[in-house]
Amino acid sequence: MAATTATQPTASPRKSRLGPALLPYLLSLPALIVCIGIIIPFFTAVWYSLQRYNLNLPYLRGFVWFQQYIDLFSDPSFWHTVQVSLLYTALTVILELLLGLGIALLLRRPSTLHNIMSIALLLPLMVAPAIASLMWKLMTHPDFGILSWLIQQVGVTNFRWAAAPSSALFTVLLVDIWVYTPFMMILLLAGLRGLPKQPFEAAELDGVPASFVFFRITLPMLTPYIITAALFRMLDSIQQFDIIYAMTQGGPGDTLMVFQVMAYLDFFQNFNVGRSAAVLMVLWAIAYILSNVFIKHWLRLRERARGAA
Amino acid sequence: MTTKQKDTIDRFLKGGMSRREMIERLGRMGLGAAAGAYVLNQGMTEALAQEFNWKAHEGKTINLLLNKHPYADAMIANLENFKSLTGMNVTYDVFPEDVYFDKVAAALSSRSSQYDAFMTGAYQVWQYGPAGWVEDLNEYISDSDQTAPNYNWDDMLEGIRKSTAWSGVPGAELGGEDSKQWALPWGFELNSIAYNRRIFDQLKVEPAKDLPELVELAKKITDSDAGVYGIGVRGSRSWATIHPGYLSAFANYGAKDLTVQDGMLKAAMNSPEAKEMTALWVKMIQESGPKNWATYTWYQVGTDLGAGASAMIYDADILGYFMNGGDNKEAGNLAYSAFTPKPGAAAPTPNVWIWSLAMSTFGGQKDATWYFMQWASGTDHALFGARKMDFVNPVRQSVWKDEEFRSRIAKSYPGYIEQFEASSPGSKIYFTPQPLFQTVTTDWAAALQKMVANEIPVDEGLDELATNIDRQLKAAGLG
Repeated sequence: MAATTATQPTASPRKSRLGPALLPYLLSLPALIVCIGIIIPFFTAVWYSLQRYNLNLPYLRGFVWFQQYIDLFSDPSFWHTVQVSLLYTALTVILELLLGLGIALLLRRPSTLHNIMSIALLLPLMVAPAIASLMWKLMTHPDFGILSWLIQQVGVTNFRWAAAPSSALFTVLLVDIWVYTPFMMILLLAGLRGLPKQPFEAAELDGVPASFVFFRITLPMLTPYIITAALFRMLDSIQQFDIIYAMTQGGPGDTLMVFQVMAYLDFFQNFNVGRSAAVLMVLWAIAYILSNVFIKHWLRLRERARGAA
Repeated sequence: MTTKQKDTIDRFLKGGMSRREMIERLGRMGLGAAAGAYVLNQGMTEALAQEFNWKAHEGKTINLLLNKHPYADAMIANLENFKSLTGMNVTYDVFPEDVYFDKVAAALSSRSSQYDAFMTGAYQVWQYGPAGWVEDLNEYISDSDQTAPNYNWDDMLEGIRKSTAWSGVPGAELGGEDSKQWALPWGFELNSIAYNRRIFDQLKVEPAKDLPELVELAKKITDSDAGVYGIGVRGSRSWATIHPGYLSAFANYGAKDLTVQDGMLKAAMNSPEAKEMTALWVKMIQESGPKNWATYTWYQVGTDLGAGASAMIYDADILGYFMNGGDNKEAGNLAYSAFTPKPGAAAPTPNVWIWSLAMSTFGGQKDATWYFMQWASGTDHALFGARKMDFVNPVRQSVWKDEEFRSRIAKSYPGYIEQFEASSPGSKIYFTPQPLFQTVTTDWAAALQKMVANEIPVDEGLDELATNIDRQLKAAGLG
């Protein structure tokens, strides 16, 4: 009996310490579950990329380590895909950034008209890219498309839009720009309207030229927003699928064979799971490197801004 | 169905009156031609039920994956008869063809039990069969307990029946030794010329006799003041660009896609015959094809003909058939011509596309699914579809002999049957059956796009394609 009473006081504090000790783990449990949900598919893809795994050739399945990657890197069509994907990404990000910034500057001062226009300009963003592609396919039809008719009026005849290798990239860029420029515009507009007013008021009082204000005040202060918007668009563009697939299926020839289209065709047409997974892993690596570059640049700017403050 | 209608149909089925008399009587009872046919099919359905226990799976529901196609429409129009015959329920999802095969691949590769049966092409089962995704239907066809006595498998056109059977050995003959029946043929198309008679009469030209003549004729039409382009053929970066007119002409020139040497496959699409034919094909598209040919699927090819934007097509014969009816601008103006591409060749050699029904390995009620499949591919439904819907070309010999079907086609689609009869003896699948079918044909279509865009000369393009295909065959252990 005495022994029993002696143990009771020690059990109680241990019990009470257990709750607070577990609390951090309990709180992080949802994040852990989300992490597992992300990690399982990712490592499944890594696992598949190390195998020769073709669904309709089941007898070939086997672990080949990095052979898929060696085969990919020795395939000229893969390097063409790298080139097309990076070019597409660079062009869409740069052009959408310039256009989005231009529109945001025009709509910078809040007014009823500007608010209505900024809502109207957001409409393309609400159209599914695959649907937008079908609309553009009709508008660029050589026989009855309104865009074909318009360019004929200015003397351009026989322009084949997405059907010709020389103009296919230009055509899908048009669709991408139409769909995603509003995304850039809305982010940059929010950034512009959130900038402190004092530097601009001071510059106005001093009679500083507009170009100087833009390049020396607006642009540096807006840079974090620009980097954020560009990062989002870069990640999206390098993974472009729907517009290109709906417009050309990666053609004509291999003109627009970007990463996602290549991986999709490898899986759904060729049933080559191993190669498809390897392509996606390379895409992930490129997206990871580019994101890191952007984020490091963004952090450096933030540090510089803090130092200046 | 009222008692009077039932009695009329019973008398017809027992030979007590002619079809014409039966239809007239049904008409007097207030039934139009289509409704009469539906009720007749219902009567035939009930007659069927007396010989075989169609109710064995009563209460079960099967789920189908269908492509948006007149064949699916015909089946859906007659589905109530199946339900009343079997007491089963049928649900279905219908997808447009652009995404249909991706949907099939997603469902099968994920081993989903969602669908019990689905529409497929004969080429696709070369991938699904070896992967173990579809059932061998031989065991059902030969099982008299599971198959109605009047199913009459031998009534299916032999070449078409064999085309959906394969041993799984790359390069082995379709329907040859140890073949598995991966699918049931449902309807098929062969490839020939359909043309706009109004435009031809206006320009005072006649259909071409061979490919060189076709190239010239198409250019002549394009250059004329008719305001149309010469010839529509498919051009999208897809397997579907290769199998219609292109492969039909390719085969007629004596060219082959692959050859089999010591059990191994080797690319052969760069032979001299292949290069000669492909050079003409590329020239034809450059001079007289649609401006955005590289995005053209069967849909654009067909609608351009139906809308009077093109003067002719070299594609599926049923595409010309469909475009000659409905609301199409040129309905009634289209005509058909069997086509022998190689000068001096004895007969046409159209490659065929066969829409078929396959049973998923992962479905949970295979016996019940078989009941649906045998009904859907049976004679009664085929007759209903051929007489009253657009379920053409039929795969059953008995339907081709059916007077009502023949007279309907002869009246509404003049020249169609003559084209079919001239084309069909040489028609078959001219591809070499092998599991990398989609890879080979998609790369082939991409190579054609490069040639048409003048990115690469024809001979160089075909050599490069053959090297690429050989590399892929080798990697897959097939070459």
